[in-house]
Formats: sequence, structure tokens, C-alpha cells
Amino acid sequence: MTVTEQRPSGEVGRDRRRKEDARLITGRTSWTDNLSLPGMLHLAILRSPMAHARITGIDVTAARGAPGVVDVFTGPDIADLQGAMPCIWPVTEDTVLPVYPPLALDEVRHAGEPVAVVAARDRASALDALELIEVGYEPLPVVLDMEAALADGAPLVHEAAGTNRCYTWILDSAQAGTGGDVARAEAEAEVVVRRRFIQQRLIPAFMEPRSTVVDPTGDQITMWSSTQVPHVLRILLSLGTGMPEHKIRVIAPDVGGGFGGKLEVTPEEFIAFAAARRLHKPVKFTESRSEAMLSAHHGRDQVQDITVTARRDGTVTGMSAKLLANMGGYLGIIAPGIPILGAFMYGGIYKFPAYRFECTGVFTTTTKTDAYRGAGRPEATFALERIMDELAAELDMDPLELRRRNWIDSSEFPFTTAAGLTYDSGDYAAATARATELFGYDALRQEQAARRASGDPVQLGIGVSTYTEMCGLAPSRVLGQLRYAAGGWESAAVRVLPTGKVEVVTGTSPHGQGHETAWSQIVADQLGVGFDDVEVLHGDTRTSHKGLDTYGSRSLAVGGIALVNACQRVVEKALPVAAHLLEADPADLEFAEGAFRVKGAPGAATKTMADCAFAVFQSHDLPDGVESTLDADATYDPENFSYPHGTHLCAVEVDTETGMVKVRSYVAVDDVGRVINPLIVEGQVHGGVAQGIAQALFEEARYDEDGNLTTGTFVEYTIPSSADLPDIVTDRTETPAPGHPLGAKGVGEAGTIASTPAVVNAVVDALRPMGVTDVRMPCTPERVWSTIVAARAAGGEGR
Amino acid sequence: MTRISMTVDGVRYDDDVEPRTLLVQHLRDRLGKVGTVVGCDTSNCGSCTVLLSGTSVKSCSVLAVQADGADVTTIEGLAGADGELHPVQTAFHEQHGLQCGFCTPGMIMASVDLLTENPDPTDEEIREGLEGNLCRCTGYQNIVRAVHAAAESMRTSVPSTPEGAEAAEGVTT
Repeated sequence: MTVTEQRPSGEVGRDRRRKEDARLITGRTSWTDNLSLPGMLHLAILRSPMAHARITGIDVTAARGAPGVVDVFTGPDIADLQGAMPCIWPVTEDTVLPVYPPLALDEVRHAGEPVAVVAARDRASALDALELIEVGYEPLPVVLDMEAALADGAPLVHEAAGTNRCYTWILDSAQAGTGGDVARAEAEAEVVVRRRFIQQRLIPAFMEPRSTVVDPTGDQITMWSSTQVPHVLRILLSLGTGMPEHKIRVIAPDVGGGFGGKLEVTPEEFIAFAAARRLHKPVKFTESRSEAMLSAHHGRDQVQDITVTARRDGTVTGMSAKLLANMGGYLGIIAPGIPILGAFMYGGIYKFPAYRFECTGVFTTTTKTDAYRGAGRPEATFALERIMDELAAELDMDPLELRRRNWIDSSEFPFTTAAGLTYDSGDYAAATARATELFGYDALRQEQAARRASGDPVQLGIGVSTYTEMCGLAPSRVLGQLRYAAGGWESAAVRVLPTGKVEVVTGTSPHGQGHETAWSQIVADQLGVGFDDVEVLHGDTRTSHKGLDTYGSRSLAVGGIALVNACQRVVEKALPVAAHLLEADPADLEFAEGAFRVKGAPGAATKTMADCAFAVFQSHDLPDGVESTLDADATYDPENFSYPHGTHLCAVEVDTETGMVKVRSYVAVDDVGRVINPLIVEGQVHGGVAQGIAQALFEEARYDEDGNLTTGTFVEYTIPSSADLPDIVTDRTETPAPGHPLGAKGVGEAGTIASTPAVVNAVVDALRPMGVTDVRMPCTPERVWSTIVAARAAGGEGR
Repeated sequence: MTRISMTVDGVRYDDDVEPRTLLVQHLRDRLGKVGTVVGCDTSNCGSCTVLLSGTSVKSCSVLAVQADGADVTTIEGLAGADGELHPVQTAFHEQHGLQCGFCTPGMIMASVDLLTENPDPTDEEIREGLEGNLCRCTGYQNIVRAVHAAAESMRTSVPSTPEGAEAAEGVTT
């Protein structure tokens, strides 16, 4: 038998409108907070107003007597029930793993840490009662700056650890045998450029605040939660609390965005889990936006010291990145590993012969950090693409020309980098050529020169970002080598119903990505059934018992292949059935255009998957040894990461009198491999670029000197509105990804990874004649204006 | 408790409410209108937008008692009785104007109001008009497209772009 993988008129590659939309545009969505169970109690959490303090006492007497209140409890009250928050990525043998109680026991280490809980008949009563709880705090010194935290004699976030250093992780190409020695490269270099970049702290700011409902029934317990990772949550609830895994069911219903911010197992989930077990009643906790800003994990927050060495002709000879990464007061589930996801990417698409990366994780008395869209790779790409522009300026070379001289040529794949990754595919020249054409690069450079010559107060800046990323997380063996506690496979199951309709169970857990639509397109082609004949089930550990969920641009690149493999097993199972129905030899059949037929006999009788499904359902007349089912499942573990890449170009107008930055045009040309649904891919690029622009221009989580978050609402933490963002121009190139049966490389993070350096490079480019060599993010008018003033004072050219 | 009466999505409700109850809490917790969602506590995000006697309001910034006697339309009451979608709903679907969909009820209601006031808005007017509704997924570009498509559809009173007829593939400006 031969299987024709894709019908010419197939679903894959088509702009299908999303199946998910029907419930979302009519208000019939299943958000966790919509759920109400009989007898359900509402939880409210009292949070620490102090960044660092010893708890000297908590008086809950008045709160207990308040109207509607059923229970009030503190950490010590549930010490035996609540378990401990897990960190599953200790990146070194000696990574400090502090005890992390969901509800504080005797000390708080960031403002917003939960200290007491009220359970009441309604939410308003629970919130009212919080105000009646008296907590005694003995202030301890706050620890906010990472370098100060590492100094001798610094106050400690975790006294028992004896240090604020969480870990130091090093990758040195000379030691690893993957490349040269950066010290030697520096000694021999004709040009050395050093920069310190600050990756400001960001807040993922998913639109749906986190919510969880827990329903205990007998010895079983069901949790609904607005999470990206229901499968991970189930395992960690079990390991963290001791409750047997098979007694726990976790459901992620419709989830309103994540961006890594819901790639977490949270104290609030553990507290609700403990409350339900303590009270033997269903409970719900839904956070306010202010709570989300304060206590859901933050992202980025790194200090990057970057050194690039080169020859005068522009050839790069070495790259060194030394990082401090802020972990916050406790460790999120994969927090130590976030910078390590970037550790392999500081060389990007360029042929650096020598490479060194070193990262030290640091505890501070701030909200914990963890994954935020791109997770380590935006930070790496930013530092690299920024310093490539600085090198270009140093060499007085066009930034695109510098990149051309150093990037891996399309003929050189597979290419093993000095960081040890083997890139499978790419064509950086093709993507760049398309981007410069759409952008009108040369014309914009001419306009820039004219504005500079005329002394226009509004200067034009052009920013370049040529990126690649490692996606499709991840080969399990690699994760094991990196000391990550889980694997990186993904799972899918296909159930063919008697009427020929198909149910697909996926281990991925979408929260806006449109898996129900894209997975239906894949299955329709694979099994020759209609797009509308497929139903995709996800996010419930009872129906989807096996999965590793959605993050790291992995769902299609890994889960999609599991799905294809499961479909191919269905076809294999249907083959003997079809042959029997057609009274033919299975070896003579082919499955093409949705039906089995005798090879080379056009017009001959055919049998569809539905025919086979009904025959199997009846099982009146199956060949001996044929099982009465077509159902199949598959688990796929990738052999390598996937490597999307692309070129993003940004033009900004900077008003040098006010510091105002306006994005005038933005072109994104991405190579994400084979595209299942172009509409969804374009949407992912739009949203990703928007979040990257937001880091460049708008967003920063800030603390005051006492460790209070001063950007705790959407008033101060300014995620961009429709009036703040430009239209962007998107296009794609496509190079085949040889290691990937589906050819899809992943798209969820690409826009975010590429766009931040493109925008900041443009801002710096606009101001470079004034002597500006960096603008710290976010490039707000105030910061841009101050930078201009400082550059002028320092004797920069110009105006 | 205060006695209030309001019509929500065509049905009249009489309830006793605490004076401090927000309209959105009343809609969600008392009337079960959970299609209207809460995304913030500072009236910034616009996720809870409904039409109050025809004009869009953030239902977190209106007290339930202030809506006494009013006619409220939520996302759940926007489609026709026969289930036929409002042109704005259709346009958001056709133009891929939503991803996670959490901001969508508010975004659609705000767009309906915007088009009532300005049936043929420019890009800039749409972007300024929806400034009070935050979306974290889409970058707003397809939302702007959707509002244009809905405007076109409402002016000509024919259904919005048929599926697949206008491919979003490739270059878009």
C-alpha cells in the first residue's frame, strides 16, 4: 500500500476560519470563572503588603465572625495539607531550591505573597472579611538589585540558603569542544565591542485573570484552572501534596491567553486544592487584575554583559554573554531554566567560532519570574542583534552588510554552532531579500540621510533584526542533559466513530492558538474526512490523559507530528478492512484522496474511512485477526529542535524635541516552515510583534525602594492599546525542515523574539549621529529625551 | 438592598441588589450572563463592555442600581433570535479578529457602538475608538480589519466576506 500524504485540494495550507470562534463571539465560552457548583465557597487571599518580613502573628478572630464567612485559615493551619511549590528545573547540581510554601508559614519574601485565606458564601463577603484580619509583620531588609544581592554581607532572601546566588551555569565552547576560546579571540581581535543591556522586568498580562475551581468528591478531586499546563499541573499537584495522581482530574477549559504566564503551577492553585480538601466543599478562587499583576509570575529581568570580537572586515570571531537573571523571592516551576533556553542562541544565525555564556540566577525580594513569550530567546536575540548594530557602527558598515558577511549560508546546512546546536535548515538571504524589498530599505536610507542633512527635528531610524530561534520544545534527551525533570514528547489519539466522524485527543493545551481548527485540517487531509467531521478534544486529563501541554512553540512542531503518526496508524488499521470490503489484496491498495482503491485502477470501486469505520463497528464480517477498532494513538519525541528564522525591519520616527517614538513601518518576513493555516500564522506574528514592540517602547514592571510594585494595574503597566500600535506587513519564505515529517517549525514566539531588537535598533539608529549608542527599554519619550540630553552633554554631535 | 428592574438581552429581570453591586457583577453572578467578562479592576481593559440603552459602557464602572429601568444588551443578546450573527460578530470570525477570545465580547460590543456612531470609520478612527478595549493576542490589526469589514457589510446589508474568498495569505498591508 502507498499513502499519499496530502491531497492536492487539501485542507492543509488553507485559510480556514476558526472553529473556536463560534463560542467566543457569542459569549458561550467556558472560562473557569464562569463555573458555579452547588454549595461552592469563594476564596479571597490576604497578601503581604511587605516585600520582606517575618510574620509575628495573625489574628483571624474578627474575620471568622464576619457575615457569610465559613472559614479563615493561615499557612500553619494547612501546613500538613498544602504541600510545597515545586521547581522542576534545577539547572545545576548545586542550584539552591528554597522551600516555597503556597501560603506563607512564618516569613514573606515578596509583596503580594499569600498570608491568609477567607472562604465565604460569596466573593464579596470573602473580600470584606480580609479587611478584618490582623497580621503582625517584623520588617526584614529588602533585596532588590541583583549586583547588591550578590555582594558580601548582603541581606539574604533565604537565610537558610546562606546566599542569594541560586546557581551559576556556564557554556564555554572551548571547554565543550564545540568551538574556540573567547579569551583568545578577544586577545587577537581587531575590534572589541562591549555593551551592558538591561532586559527590564515584564508582566505577561494575559487578559483572563487566573481562576481555579476545585471540587472534592469522595477520594477524588477535580480542578478546573485557567492554565496552559493541565497535565503538568496534575502531576505536580500529586507530587507536591502527596495526593495520588489517579485521584486527580485537571481541566483547563477555555483559557484566555497565557504567553508563558500560565505556564506555571501556582500557590493559588495549591491553596484552593488544600481548601477544598479541608472544607470538603467545592471552592473557587478568581484573582483580581491587581492580584494578577502582583503575584502571577513576571518575565525577563536580566542584566546582560555582552562582548563581541571581530576583524576589521566585519568577520565576527567571538561572542561572550554574562548574565544576571532575577529569580525573584522563590523559584517558579522552570525559572532557573529560562535564561538557559537562551544560552544556545546568543550566536543566532552567525558563524561565531568562539562562544561563551555564563548566567547567575539571583534571589531578590520581588515577585518570582518565569516563562514569558520566547523565554530566554528574546533576551538572547535582543542582545545579539543590538550588539551587531553596535559593531556595524564601530566598523562604519551597513548593519545588513555586516549580517550578510557573517550569517550561515543556505548551502551550509545542517550547521553546528559553537553553542552546540545543529540548525537543520534556513535561508537567511532569501528572507532578508524579501524583507528589504517590502520595506523599501534603500529609499528609507536615502530619506534618513536627507533628514540628517537638513537637521529635521524628527529623525528617521532603521532597525534590523535577523533571527533564528530553537522551537519545538523539545528532544527529551536534551532536556535530560539540561537537568529538566520532564520529557519533551507529545501525544495524540484518533478515534474513528461508527458514522465516520472523528474525535481527536491532543496532549497540547491551546489558549488562543486555534488547535481545534489546525488539528482538524491536518486530520481531514490524513484521513480523507471533512474538516467539519473532526472534533478536537483537549485540556482535560480524563479525556486527554497524556500530554505535555502548550508552550515554547511546540504544539504543532511536536504535537502535530504525533497527530500525523496517529492518523497514519488509523489508515494502516483500516487497510485490511478496506481490502476485505473491496475483495482485493491489501498490497494492491492505495489510500489517496480520502479513499482506498486498487492502485492504477482509476474509476474502480473505492472505500472511504467511513465505510471502514462502520464495517468495524458492525464487525459482522471482518477478516480473521482484525481488531474491531480503527482507533490509534501516537507519541512523538523530536530528535532536534526546529529552527524558524526570519528578518524583521522597522522604521521609526523619533521626535528629538519630545523623545516621542512612532513606528512608521514594520516588515516581518518569517520562515516558519510549512504552514497549516496561514490566517492563524499571520495572527500569531501580529500578536508576537505587538508584544515585542511593547517591550521595546511601553512596558516595564517597576518596584519602589521598599519593594512595592508600582505598576500594579493597567493604569501604570501600559500594555499597548489599538492606538499605540502600527499595522505591520507580513510575508513568509519557506525552507523545508528535513527532520520534521510535518515540516512545521513553530510560530508562537517568533514575532516577540524578532521585534524588540528591530525597534530598539531603529531608535538608536535615529539618534546615533547625536552620539547615542543605546537607549534603555522601554524607550518611552522621557527616556529617549533624557538619553538625547545626556548624549549632547557628553559632547555628541549635532543638534 | 434596593429593588431594580432591567431588561437584559430582551428579558426583564426584577431583583434586590446591594447598592454597591456593579452592573457586571449583577449580570454575571445574579443573572448568569457570564458571556460578559471581567479583565481588570480599574476600568482599563474594556472586556466587560455592554450596551446600556444603546450606548457602550464598561459594566464594571456602572452600578447595578444605575441601570435600573435600562435596556442592556450583552454579547449573548447580540445575535438575532434565530441565531443569526450580528455583522460585527461575523466580521470578527471572518477576519480572525480574535485569538484567546477573552477581550472579544467587550471588543465586539464597543465596535457595535463605534459603528453606530460612525458607519464608515477610517483606520485611525477605529484605533482611537477602540482605545479603551485592550487585547493582548492580536496586535489589533485584524480587529481593525474586522471593524472595516463589518462597516462594509452593514452599509451594504450583505453578509461579510465569504470564507476563503479573500485570502489573508501573503503580503498584507
